[in-house]
Amino acid sequence: MNEQAFYTKDLSVYYGEKQAVKKISMDFPDRQVVALIGPSGCGKSTFLRSLNRMNDLIAGCRIEGEVWIGGQNICDPATDVVSLRQKIGMVWQRPNPFHKSIYENIAFGPRYHGIRGRKELDRIVEDCLRKTALWDEVKDRLDQSGLALSGGQQQRLCIARSLAVKPRILLMDEPASALDPVSTAKIEELIGELKKEYSIVIVTHNMQQAARISDRTAFFFLGDLVEYDDTQKMFTNPSRKSTDDYLSGRFG
Amino acid sequence: MSPRTVDRIATGVICAVAALIMAVLVSLLGFLLFRGVRHIDFHFLTSVPQTIKAGGGIGPQLFNSLFLLVLTMIITIPLGIGAGIYMSEYAKPNRLTGFIRLVVEVLSSFPSIVVGLFGLLVIVNTFGLGYSLLSGALALTVFNLPMMVRLTEQSLRSVPREQKEAGLALGMSQWKTIRSVMLPVALPSIVTGTILAAGRVFGEAAALLFTAGMSSPRLDFTDWNPLHPASPLNPMRPAETLAVHIWKINSEGLAPDAPQIAAGASAVLVIMVLLFNLGARWFGRVLYRKLTAGK
Repeated sequence: MNEQAFYTKDLSVYYGEKQAVKKISMDFPDRQVVALIGPSGCGKSTFLRSLNRMNDLIAGCRIEGEVWIGGQNICDPATDVVSLRQKIGMVWQRPNPFHKSIYENIAFGPRYHGIRGRKELDRIVEDCLRKTALWDEVKDRLDQSGLALSGGQQQRLCIARSLAVKPRILLMDEPASALDPVSTAKIEELIGELKKEYSIVIVTHNMQQAARISDRTAFFFLGDLVEYDDTQKMFTNPSRKSTDDYLSGRFG
Repeated sequence: MSPRTVDRIATGVICAVAALIMAVLVSLLGFLLFRGVRHIDFHFLTSVPQTIKAGGGIGPQLFNSLFLLVLTMIITIPLGIGAGIYMSEYAKPNRLTGFIRLVVEVLSSFPSIVVGLFGLLVIVNTFGLGYSLLSGALALTVFNLPMMVRLTEQSLRSVPREQKEAGLALGMSQWKTIRSVMLPVALPSIVTGTILAAGRVFGEAAALLFTAGMSSPRLDFTDWNPLHPASPLNPMRPAETLAVHIWKINSEGLAPDAPQIAAGASAVLVIMVLLFNLGARWFGRVLYRKLTAGK
């Protein structure tokens, strides 16, 4: 596989007249964690959501530039968004399990994509729940509602759900910011495991979190990509002054 | 006045208003039931009405009301849900959809007697459907459709956006996401609202005067072929519903026990509508539990 899992080229996103993301070119190395940080409203979530065309849902939102994934520019209007999104998993800030049983939350995606055999689905469900360290906690109550789980468990269920359709990339929009510290630690640990198999892009408000879990960090400010480098270097010796100011808590 | 006093006064006024509404409701219900319930028995519910003799029942009217309800709902539900899904998920926010929404709002506040006249002119005369159950059902559809559309639209809109995004992010088509992710979440409130709308249909009289008619042919309750004129299931026959019957015997009833029959029929009507309301809540809850946890 190409070393670069995917990259963007001059990607701009507009909400009506307002430009929320300004000509950003970034490349995302395969099987690494890239953290997007920056103050609220800096465009990092908008940028993340344009990587699987989720911004299509927002009225008045317009995208310019290119996002190349697997040799394909997904901003091309001819792109099959449905099959694109299958390759890209997504996790939101608030856990959003389907209003279905734990089993169905995971089996739903693969079944839609054509896997019908009960045994095969059972295997996928177990596999995904094991990967998210949820299996031992829920294996006796797979037919209960996913909403009956705790917030942290729900979030892991959502991650498991996105793994079930075999994506290559995981997009995470502040996946731990609505969770308690113990659940947060579990999610972070999980991300460390998942990056062995998936390329992960994570938006986070928590700079310590970015430092702990990511390989590379991108600092966004007012829609610009200010600096993008190895996490180690960013946090110890950033090359731009505003990055340094932000990381040391002088603004934002 | 100190803020605390103001707060106390406000609390008092709000509680008093609530108590007033409760009192009106309870006394109204109590009055109707007190006057009516003693006339209700099996004979009353099943026998045919008498024109000039005492001892008539409301059997055909009760059946007509229920049958008309079913017919109306068969027409209204698919149309209403379809249009509601369109308004919530497909319509782009522009002037046209704003206009559609306005039309729906206006239509939902139409006086039902006007809907009845419209039904008479268009459905009964122009389309030549005559005074029939089908005409009545179509008129009631006009009357009910706006509520169904709005209800579906609002129920779908109240589904959290992340639910929809989660479906789409798994690579599901828009329709699959609506059908399998959003509708199950929205369905309990759609069902509850639908049953409430059904209660409204059940009690509607004015829109039916000129569409379903004010008479009921002799029904043969052993003949269930919908094509036979005397069959209760024939949608092309005229049909007087319970609400229309109450209006008729109250205004021009000749039977000596007309006031008692009206009281009994009113009580039946109110009880049915109450049952609809309670049933709606219960069914909505059960449905939600079934859809969300089961497979």
